[in-house]
Amino acid sequence: MKRVAIIDYGMGNLFSVKQACERSGIDSFVTSSCGELAGAYAVILPGVGAFGDAIKNLDSLGLADEIKAFIARGRPFFGICLGMQLLLSYSEEFGRHDGLGLIKGKVVRFSDRLSGKTQVKVPQVGWNGISMPAGKKPRNWKSSPLMDVPDGEYMYFVHSYYAEPADEDCVLSVTEYEGTRYCSSLKKDNIFACQFHPEKSAEHGLKIYRDWYSAMKGQ
Amino acid sequence: MAKNVRIIPRLDIKGSNLVKGIHLEGLRVLGRPESFARHYYENGADELIYMDVVASLYERSSLCDIIERTAKDIFIPLTVGGGLRTIEDIRRVLRAGADKVALNTMAIRDPGLIKEAAMKFGSSTIVVAIEAIRQPDGRYLAYTDNGRQHTGIEVVEWAMRSEALGAGEIMITSVDREGTGSGYDIELTRMVSSRVSIPVIAHGGAGSPENIYDVVHSGMADAVSVASILHYKAIEFTGCAAIDSKEGNTEFLKKGTGFSRIKPYTIADIKRHLSDRGIRIRGVKAPLQNERCAII
Repeated sequence: MKRVAIIDYGMGNLFSVKQACERSGIDSFVTSSCGELAGAYAVILPGVGAFGDAIKNLDSLGLADEIKAFIARGRPFFGICLGMQLLLSYSEEFGRHDGLGLIKGKVVRFSDRLSGKTQVKVPQVGWNGISMPAGKKPRNWKSSPLMDVPDGEYMYFVHSYYAEPADEDCVLSVTEYEGTRYCSSLKKDNIFACQFHPEKSAEHGLKIYRDWYSAMKGQ
Repeated sequence: MAKNVRIIPRLDIKGSNLVKGIHLEGLRVLGRPESFARHYYENGADELIYMDVVASLYERSSLCDIIERTAKDIFIPLTVGGGLRTIEDIRRVLRAGADKVALNTMAIRDPGLIKEAAMKFGSSTIVVAIEAIRQPDGRYLAYTDNGRQHTGIEVVEWAMRSEALGAGEIMITSVDREGTGSGYDIELTRMVSSRVSIPVIAHGGAGSPENIYDVVHSGMADAVSVASILHYKAIEFTGCAAIDSKEGNTEFLKKGTGFSRIKPYTIADIKRHLSDRGIRIRGVKAPLQNERCAII
């Protein structure tokens, strides 16, 4: 049985992630324990809230090192929202906080002003399109959990900060919010992560869960 | 490029029924909230709001049951409000499957609740709902308890304070327009939206897709909440089986008469109109894989 651990580290409501797993036929369980995580086949790291608190919680539960070891063993990893941002080297949210450092780069805030004048609403709350980055081969998209999602499809976002990976090769999709084009999902080896909430993105979002799980079962 | 606008059906709940009033009063039973929620989900709603309009403690468990049944089927954000008084109340509806909570009466009585809830559950989970009534001198004051209770607090001031306390969104209801179909209060919405940096959901008064365009374009609304305009159309699809006749006036359903004041529309009608008017919106170019979804 390929069981998936949904990591509970006190950052937000995991109900909808669990619900989406159930609907997608994913055998999942919620855990805060390193032992249970180590025994899982794959991991989902969700999360909403402040980056600094999140890293502190992961560290105090011993989960930061456990997640790194898990990924180093080549096991499938799926990060959502804050769970994507935590992969980066560091974040600029409320001072500088180091992340897990599995993806080189940083996490930065949306600008409050559009070209210096119009006020921009931050956080971004709502639906926005995800597109293939310019110059990228569609092959990347087609071999990722986004394979059944049409280029340009809308997903549900809630965030003030976004990831800026140093290596553009891992950027799977880009999204534009009020003049800022940013990385809305990434893929590197066994790591897949998205800034949007597929569990809140209707049927196309559920396809992402399904395709991530099917690809993994084939391994 | 303009941002995307959200269309959010709002379902007012009394006991186990979906109800709709005018100026938040005179509630009429329309059916089961879960059936309407599912119908709107399948037809392109961007989020949903459940508002327990006569919330009282003994009805809490019935609301949580409705949330639980809804969350199993519906994979878009669900906001729940009405009668949430404590952190424990909030925790209970979130645990039942709500993604956000809307706070009004208790937030005004004890603004510390906004701060505490935002710290505990994250700002993005906390929506502050403001019921506004325009005064003879042109000022807008905040009310509670479905527009019945005067607070004397100025709406814009309260919206700014809510943001400072950690609210993630503001839902602004024009009690004057609510249920009338006479159009949103553009001035009210614009006044609030231009003074806060968090998203503002306009509510109260939608009578046509053009009204919605107006409140987005001129009123600077980031999202719109709609009820009557959709409910009286959706009722053709959802049926009215198994309603609880103890909860509210069911005469409307029994007679099967139309609701003449507001012309009904589908979410697709609204989205198509907004898209034609140059507003970016989900679901117009990329339809859901559902044959009942009429969005082209």
